[in-house]
Amino acid sequence: MTASVAIRDLSISFGLAKVLPNVSFDVAPGECFGLVGESGSGKSTVLRCLSMLTDFWTGAITIDGRNLRDLPVKERCRMLQMVFQDPYGSLHPRQSVRTVLAEPLRIHGLDRREERMQQAMVDVGLPVDFLDRFPHQLSGGQRQRVAIARALILEPQLLLLDEPTSALDVSVQAEILNLLQRLRAERGFTYIMVTHDLAVVDHMCDRFAVMLHGEITEILPTSAIQGNGATHPYARELIGASLEYEGAGKASAA
Amino acid sequence: MTSTARPHSRLPAPLLALRNIIAFLWRTPTSAFGLIVLSVLILTALFAPWIASHDPYLQDLNNVLQPPGNGHLFGTDELGRDIFSRLVWGARITLRIVFLVTVVVGPIGLLVGTTAGYIGGRFDTVMMRITDIFLSFPSLILSLAFVAALGPSLNNAIIAIGLTAWPPIARLARAETLTFRKADYIAAARLQGASALRIIVKSIMPMCLPSVMIRLTLNMATIILTAAGLGFLGLGAQPPLPEWGAMIATGRRYMIDSWWLVTFPGLAILSVSLAFNLLGDGLRDALDPKQMNRR
Repeated sequence: MTASVAIRDLSISFGLAKVLPNVSFDVAPGECFGLVGESGSGKSTVLRCLSMLTDFWTGAITIDGRNLRDLPVKERCRMLQMVFQDPYGSLHPRQSVRTVLAEPLRIHGLDRREERMQQAMVDVGLPVDFLDRFPHQLSGGQRQRVAIARALILEPQLLLLDEPTSALDVSVQAEILNLLQRLRAERGFTYIMVTHDLAVVDHMCDRFAVMLHGEITEILPTSAIQGNGATHPYARELIGASLEYEGAGKASAA
Repeated sequence: MTSTARPHSRLPAPLLALRNIIAFLWRTPTSAFGLIVLSVLILTALFAPWIASHDPYLQDLNNVLQPPGNGHLFGTDELGRDIFSRLVWGARITLRIVFLVTVVVGPIGLLVGTTAGYIGGRFDTVMMRITDIFLSFPSLILSLAFVAALGPSLNNAIIAIGLTAWPPIARLARAETLTFRKADYIAAARLQGASALRIIVKSIMPMCLPSVMIRLTLNMATIILTAAGLGFLGLGAQPPLPEWGAMIATGRRYMIDSWWLVTFPGLAILSVSLAFNLLGDGLRDALDPKQMNRR
């Protein structure tokens, strides 16, 4: 249940603006790979290209050695799923949780639907009777759990996480991160995670890439955060600022 | 095999929503007025045979142009027919026109608008230019042209009004679709492998439905006026059908001496189209998601 990802020379432009000039990186099976960088550095665009939500990119993406563009749509959907940033915008406001979870099962003609839906709810730590709730009857954290359940229900191997916790309260953030970590330990997912927060990277990821203006400046192991092991000046600055901020936060809390 | 275990606790949800909406409409005086007038109209149409005091087609040439009173609540027309009874039976015709036009126009407008908005590109351009062409004619003139081509009758009037009433709905549905076609929940549906048709029907149409319903309700007033206009010009319902517009048209000749011939059908048209407008306004408030959340 794991997939490796290889991205070679991924580039895309919107009109005249070249958003991603040339991005290449590899993700090993079962790895959690972080993408960090300032706003507008193209982190989310990488995920949207990977998920084919944006499909006019050039370059080559292979998942498990297979070219992403050659994968049939249904197979691709069962290979990779995405969890969006804002759980208030990623659930259809007029669909119950049951509808949200049943739709993909219906599209892919999977059997034992009720059983699968209940299993997905249990997996993300929600009571089974929440199936008949609507998004406006759920809290932000619960909504994000539903969004994760929706991603899990097709049993993908690769999960794309687009700042899955940044729209949530700090206490709920930890819950969702722990949930994601538990799921990875149990199922061996490969994660590619976009985030602003180096603390999240530190907690979740094995390696991470620092992006600037659509380019990857440096790929570092998570252990490089403590002690700031980056060599590229921008990456050093980013990690330094983050460490400083955390230090200031701890100092003021104490 | 999976659907058997499915609990049916969801079933009353639409009914509950309907009750909520009616309760909300009831609290505002204007929309309550609309609700009452339309309920009266519907009940009148349903129980026309029992409410009408006379046969609407029965002529009594010894008793023509009688003023209100004397056993005829709203008087009699130039052929001695009871105007009240004709109004009561006319409610059926009015409702039939409104219902049929809405049933034709709603789905067409919704389908054209949502597909154009979601698919976009050249398809969008072509569909919107077609709607522009329809919109660029005044609807009464266009219906006149259609009726002239099809021949004057009530059914042709309904078809003609239907053909001219869908473009505003399509425009509205397209505009709504454009606001959330990039939403994350649409992206999520695409990632699950849902086809464009599935996304349009299951994700986009439910979001467009409230505003389309409001627009349709507001449109009903226009439909009634257009139908009455066509009837007045002799291109809608044909005599002796008791259509309100046609009643005004024939009563026009006696208007100076016998005011009741045109006044009562005119009042009926006025109050019903006013009621549809007020109800539409009320629905706009009732279906507004921000207001829904407050309840």
